[in-house]
Amino acid sequence: MAASTAIAVEGLERAFDEVLAVQGIDLEVGEGEIYGFLGPNGAGKTTTVRMLTTLLLPTGGRATVAGHDVVGEARSVRASIGVALQEAALDPLMTGRELIRLQATLQGLPGAEGRRRADDLLERVDLVAAADRRVGTYSGGMQRRLDLAAALVHEPRVLFLDEPTTGLDPVSRKTIWEEVRALNDEGTTVFLTTQYLEEADQLADNVGIIDSGRIVAEGTPASLKTEIGHPHIRLQIEEGSIAEAEEICGRIGPLLPPVDGRTVLVEVEHGAADIPRVVRALDEASIAVGSLELVRPSLDDVFVAKTGYHLEHEGEESGEDEEAVTA
Amino acid sequence: MSELATNLRVVWALGMRSIRQTFRRPQLMAPIVVFPTILLAIQTGGAGGAVNLPGFPPVQSFLQFMLAGAMMQSLMLAGNSGGIALAVDIEMGFTDRLFAAPISRYTIVLGRLAGTAALGLFAALWFLAIGLVFGAHIEGGVPGALLAIALVTATAMAVGGIGAAIALRTGSASVVQGLFPLVLVVLFLSSAFFPVELMIEPAQTIAEYNPLSFVVEGVREPIISGINASDTADALLAIAGIVVLGLVLSARALRHRLRVG
Repeated sequence: MAASTAIAVEGLERAFDEVLAVQGIDLEVGEGEIYGFLGPNGAGKTTTVRMLTTLLLPTGGRATVAGHDVVGEARSVRASIGVALQEAALDPLMTGRELIRLQATLQGLPGAEGRRRADDLLERVDLVAAADRRVGTYSGGMQRRLDLAAALVHEPRVLFLDEPTTGLDPVSRKTIWEEVRALNDEGTTVFLTTQYLEEADQLADNVGIIDSGRIVAEGTPASLKTEIGHPHIRLQIEEGSIAEAEEICGRIGPLLPPVDGRTVLVEVEHGAADIPRVVRALDEASIAVGSLELVRPSLDDVFVAKTGYHLEHEGEESGEDEEAVTA
Repeated sequence: MSELATNLRVVWALGMRSIRQTFRRPQLMAPIVVFPTILLAIQTGGAGGAVNLPGFPPVQSFLQFMLAGAMMQSLMLAGNSGGIALAVDIEMGFTDRLFAAPISRYTIVLGRLAGTAALGLFAALWFLAIGLVFGAHIEGGVPGALLAIALVTATAMAVGGIGAAIALRTGSASVVQGLFPLVLVVLFLSSAFFPVELMIEPAQTIAEYNPLSFVVEGVREPIISGINASDTADALLAIAGIVVLGLVLSARALRHRLRVG
């Protein structure tokens, strides 16, 4: 293991009765890196984070965080990490200031230092005005910022963020992203789980894609996209048989799994140069195309290529945590 | 800062949070103060003539007799409320925040118990004040009152240990809340509200061996007749038994919770 390794995982497993939720994963996160752990609900992201943060004992394999074994040196691991878990675990009856001061006490900071850190962090996450209000009155974005501030109270070397922006509106999401980038610039290693492709693309230096408890792809977002290769054309069929359109496009290049009943996705070898061929073929068959778009490989394509399905989100606007995985 | 000092600060901070949580959530406060006070008023108002029954211990008034029972009811429900609050913490993930901190995990339970003990202290002071306001004598004087307060506070902590163990084991506030009727059964099958001598079988035998009866008598004696070393010793022994049971169950439940996550 390199001296600059913040998180090292070898064959980590967790079984719940007969179900193997995490199936022997390996990964390595360097100091000062943002690692995006991407996968749908139930893929094993949270179980992995809970093992790495010593909240859950592994049933196999081993892991070290900040150089300490998560089982044998759990207390040292906990002193080195900050944790903001899925669904901000905040007491709605406490005030923001009380919560951060409590967190400072939990981290062993002396009273005066704890109070000073609390004041600094409340200012950092722009919650000074709401600091003495009960957390139950905070918006979702404010709660996430408070949770993040609490995780930073002891200036941890490694920060675990479990789906920090799930259910947040785009503005709040951007605010959290900016804060994560700023923390990373200060040298904090960030292990970030997310089901948002854009989030992983925007923030992560390296991405691990987990599906059904196994890591199916790992690398930088750029290298993963390059590995996938060709761009694809996305066609919205307005009039005519979708089956016929698929048959025609299938002759030009391999089809990708459809996202809805009126869209055809076809991989093309030569990018924009292939567009006239596709349009001509569909026109000859009297199939009207409503819109056409050339799409360069994205993390979604990487996800599709590695898992066989799309990662999509439902209830994003309503703040729900659900998502649909379409086969 | 030494590890012990850090852990003590954590217990204090969590105890203060527990107290604030109770006072800020009326549904937790009601069973501790409001219900026992109403029951005390109804019982003393409606069954005050019980003191004239043959075999009833010599007391100044039924209110004087009932004070220990009201304190017991209050502390039992404080223990139950503490368990509910801990289960709510588990349900909403707040305990993860505590488990992920570099502290002894037993301080999490001790912090909750410190809060429950403080509520026991509050209950003892509240009912002693009510007794004094409505004319009850504390026959043991100030030492007797202090002894009653100490025993009630210690019992609240002991009972809270069992509530915490159930909360840790089940992680469900509704399960802990479901024990509410059981708490009342245990209370009514003790000498909290009626002298054991006047009960009929099998309640009498159950009440005689109910550890809570020993605690009740330990609290009641300083109020109705003065400090009695034998009753005090029996009460302390009963409290110690409940403490040991609570600690063993809590430790096992804590290990279980960390194993299942």
